[in-house]
Amino acid sequence: MEMLQQLRTQVQDVMQNAIKLPTTPIRLRDLIRQVRAARTQADERAVVNRECADIRSNFREEDTTWRCRNVAKLLYIHMLGYPAHFGQLECLKLVASHRFTDKRIGYLGAMLLLDEDHEVHILITNCVKNDLNNANQYVAGLALSALGEISSPVMCRDLAGEVERLLKSNNSYLRKKAVLCAFRMIQKVPSLKDGFVPQMQALLSEKNHGVLLTGMVLIRQMCEMGNDELIKFRKMVPSIVRKFKDLIGSGYSPDHDVTGISDPFLQVKILSLLKVLGKNDAEASDQMNDVLATVATNTDGTRNVGNAILYESVLAIMDVKSESGLRVLAVNILGRFLMNPDKNIRYVALNTLLKTVHLDNTAVQRTRSTVLDCLKDPDVSIRRRAMELSFALVNPTNVKSMAKELLTFLETADNEFKQQCSSSLFVMCEKYAPSRKWQMDTMIKALRLSGNYVSDYVVASLIQLIGECNDQQVYAVRELYRCLRDADLDTKQPLVQVACWSVGEYGDLLVSSSAAADDEREPLDLSEREIVRILEGIIRSKHSLLVTREYAINAAMKLSTRFSDAVEPIRDLLEQMATNVSIEIQQRAAEYTSLFEKPQQFRFGIMERMPVVKRGSAADHSLSDVEGGGLTVPNADDTDDLLGYHGEKRDARKKPSPKHSDLVITGTADGHVEAWDPRSGKSEGIINCALPNHLQDGPSHAPFGDYIASMDTKILKIWKRESGKAVTSVEPGSDLNDLCIVPHTGLMFMATEAPKMLSYFIPSLAPHRSGAPFWTT
Amino acid sequence: MIRGILVFNNHGKPRLIKFYEHYKEDVQQQIVRETFQLVSKRDENVCNFLEGGSLIGGSDYKLIYRHYATLYFVFCVDSSESELGILDLIQVFVETLDKCFENVCELDMIFHVDKVHHILDEIVMGGMVLETSMTEIVMRIEEQQKVEKHEAGISSAPGRAMNAVKNIDLSQIKDMKFPDVQLPAFKNFKL
Repeated sequence: MEMLQQLRTQVQDVMQNAIKLPTTPIRLRDLIRQVRAARTQADERAVVNRECADIRSNFREEDTTWRCRNVAKLLYIHMLGYPAHFGQLECLKLVASHRFTDKRIGYLGAMLLLDEDHEVHILITNCVKNDLNNANQYVAGLALSALGEISSPVMCRDLAGEVERLLKSNNSYLRKKAVLCAFRMIQKVPSLKDGFVPQMQALLSEKNHGVLLTGMVLIRQMCEMGNDELIKFRKMVPSIVRKFKDLIGSGYSPDHDVTGISDPFLQVKILSLLKVLGKNDAEASDQMNDVLATVATNTDGTRNVGNAILYESVLAIMDVKSESGLRVLAVNILGRFLMNPDKNIRYVALNTLLKTVHLDNTAVQRTRSTVLDCLKDPDVSIRRRAMELSFALVNPTNVKSMAKELLTFLETADNEFKQQCSSSLFVMCEKYAPSRKWQMDTMIKALRLSGNYVSDYVVASLIQLIGECNDQQVYAVRELYRCLRDADLDTKQPLVQVACWSVGEYGDLLVSSSAAADDEREPLDLSEREIVRILEGIIRSKHSLLVTREYAINAAMKLSTRFSDAVEPIRDLLEQMATNVSIEIQQRAAEYTSLFEKPQQFRFGIMERMPVVKRGSAADHSLSDVEGGGLTVPNADDTDDLLGYHGEKRDARKKPSPKHSDLVITGTADGHVEAWDPRSGKSEGIINCALPNHLQDGPSHAPFGDYIASMDTKILKIWKRESGKAVTSVEPGSDLNDLCIVPHTGLMFMATEAPKMLSYFIPSLAPHRSGAPFWTT
Repeated sequence: MIRGILVFNNHGKPRLIKFYEHYKEDVQQQIVRETFQLVSKRDENVCNFLEGGSLIGGSDYKLIYRHYATLYFVFCVDSSESELGILDLIQVFVETLDKCFENVCELDMIFHVDKVHHILDEIVMGGMVLETSMTEIVMRIEEQQKVEKHEAGISSAPGRAMNAVKNIDLSQIKDMKFPDVQLPAFKNFKL
C-alpha cells in the first residue's frame, strides 16, 4: 500500500512538471478595475507590481497569443507612472507580427516606451522599412507615424528614400503622413532637406487639405532652415496666394467647414507661412498685400475660429513689409480684440501689441486706457501681459499718469510680479522722470509697496540717485526717515537698506533745524538718540537680513561723526556688537570701535561723505575725482565694469587710457601685453606677462601713472612702465573678477569670488614721498 | 510644435499622457502634477493660456488648455503655434472623441486609452498637426477598426486560444517527449 501511495505522488509530480497549464493573463479592463478599486497608493502599487510580475513571466515564456494584451496593459501601467521599459522589446516583436492589431499596439507601445537607446532603434528600422512598403495603407500609415516620432538620425538617413517615395504616393492618407515625416527628418538631419525640396512644388497643386496643411508647415520649416530655400520659395508666393484666395472664395464644403469658415486651420498655416516668406522682402510682401487685406477685413470675428485667422493675419501684416494702411487695419483689429469679452482674445491681443509696440508706438498708444484696465483683470496671464505692455507704452508725456496706475497695480500685485514691476518702474523713472524729486518719490513708494521683492540693483541705483541730487538730499532723507519710523521694517528690507544708507550719510541734514523749516509735511520729532535707537533696533532685529544690518551698522558709525549728542550711545552700541555672532557684524563693529581710539581726525576723514559715483563710466575715471575715500565700497553692479579692459582674443579691444596716462594697453589671449602711444600710433613695448588664466577672454590691463597693471583670474601683476620690469604681484587666493585702482594713492580694490571686496595699499606705488594716501597726512 | 498632450481629471489623475519627446516616467508624472496644479487653481472665467511651467521647455512654451466637465485637456506648445488655433484643435480632438465613442465620458477615456491614442495619432503626428477634418479622422479610425475586427481584435485572444487547443492534432501527442521523467526504481515490486 505504501508503495502504491508513493507511486501515485510521483506520477502526480511528473504530470505537473510535464504539462504546465497555461495561465491566462487578466484582461486590460480587469486590470483597470483592480487599479481603480485600490483604496490607497500602496494598494495600487501592489496591484501593479503583481501584474508587472505576471506580464514579465508571460514575456519570458515567449507567449505570442497574449503579447498584445500584455503590452496594452503595460501601456496603461506606464501612464500611471510605473516603469515599463522592459516592454520595449515586446513592442518590437508585436511590430514584426503579421496581424494589424498586433502592429497597431506594437507601434503605439514603441512610440510611448522607446527612449534614445540606439540598439532598439536599429532593431526597429528594418520592421519600419518593411511596413512602409506594405500594401495596406494603414500598416504603412502606422509605420510613418512611428517614424515621425521616434526617428533617430541614423534611422532618418536609412529611411529618407522610402519617405521620398511615399511623398509621391497617390494615396493622400500616406502623403500627408510622409510630409510630416519629412518635417521631422530634416529637423533631425538638416542635410536631408535637399532630397525633399524638389517635391514641394507638387505639394502646392495639391487638392487634399490634410496634405496642404502639413505641406505649409514643411515649407515653413525649410524656409527657416536656409536662406537658399527661402529665396527659392519666395518665388512661389504668387501660387500660394492664389491657393489661399481659392480657399477663401470656395463655397461651402462640409468636410472642411468650421462654423461657416472654410478650413480655418489651413488658413492659419498659410498665413504663418506667408509671414515667413514676406519678412524683409518687399516684392513678396507686395504680392501678398491684397490677400492679407481681404482676410483681415472679411473674416467674421464673432467666433474663436474667425479670431484665430484674424490674429494670424495681424501677425503676418506686422511681420512683412506691408503697406501702412494695412498696419493701421491690423492695430485696429487688435484694439477690437482688447474689447472682446473673451479672455483668450484679450490675451493674444496684449501679446501681439507687445510685439508690435516698437514698430508702431503711436498706433498702439491709442489702446492705452484699455490696457490699463487689463491690469485689474482677475486673470494672472492677462495681468502679466498688461503689465509688460504698460511699461512699453510709457513715454515722457504720460509718465506721471502711468506711474500712478502702475503704483496702484503694484499695491495689490502678486509677489511674483513685484520684483519685475519695481525694476521696470526704476528703469521707467530713469528714462522719463520729469524731475529728480518726483523720481525719488516714485521709487520710495515703489520700494514701500514691493516689500522684500526688489532686486539689489534697484537699491544700489536709488542710493546713487540720492547721492547725485545735492538739492534733494534733505527731502529724501526726511522721507526715508519717516519710512524707517513708520513702516513694518521686516517685510521691507530693501527700503530699510536705502533709508539706513541715507540716514547715515545725511544724518546732519536730517537733524538740522533749517531742514525742518523747509519741510512742508508735519514736523518730524527728531532727536539724535531717537535715530540711533531706531538703527540699533534694526541691527538687533532677528528678522533683519544680514545685509540690512550691515547697512545699519555703517550708518551708525557714520552718524558718530555727524552727531554731537549721541556719540557715546553709538560707541556703546558698536562695542556691544563687537561680540556679535555674525562674523561680518563683529568685524565691522570691532574695526569701528578701534577707530574711536585713534585721533579724531582719522574717524572724520574716513567717515566723510561719499563722493558721487558716476554711473556707466569706468571707475578709474570717476575715482580720479575722489577727494577722499569712504569705506563704503561702490555697489557691486558698478564694480563689474570698473575696469573695462578685457582684451579680446587676437585683436585686442583698445580702450582710451584714463587721463593720468597717455598709453593704450592691449592684451592678447596668449598672455602678452602691448603698450601703444596713441599720439604716434607706435608700439611702446610688449610685456609677456604669462597670465594663462584669462579673465573672460583675455587678461585685463590698465596703465596708471608710471605703472601698468595686468590681471587674470588668479593673479595681479604690476610692471614698471618704462622698463617693463615687474614691481610686485598680488595673489589673493580666490578668483579675481575686477580691479579698481585709485590713482596717486597706491590703493587698489579687488573684486573677487570671495564675499568681501579686497583692498590693498602698496606704498611704493604712491607718488608721495610719505607713501601714504594724501588724506591721511 | 506641440511638445506634449495631457488629459487628466479634476483630481489630477492622468487619463492620457503623450509626449513628443522622451521623458522618463517619473519626470512625466512630475509634469502632470505640476501642470495639474497650475491649471486646476484657475477660475472658469479666465483665459486658457498659461506660461511658466518649469518642466517643459521654459519661457518659449505655453500651456493651452480646455476644461470639459471632469477632464482637462492640456496642450504644451511652443511659440510657432497659433494659440487660438490650438484651442480649436482641442475642440476638434474632443468632438472627434465624442463621435468615436458616442457621447464620450471619462470612463471611455479610462477603459479605452489605446483607442484614444489611436485617434490622437490621426490628428497630431510627431508634434505637428496632421489632420483637422473630423469626417476624415472618424472615417480613418472606423476603417482601421474594421481591419481589427476582421482579425477579431484583442478580445479574440481567448477564442483563438480555445481554437488552438481544439486544433491540437492528437496523433502528435504520442510522439511528445516528456522531459525529466524519472521513473522510480521498482526493484521490490512483485506481481
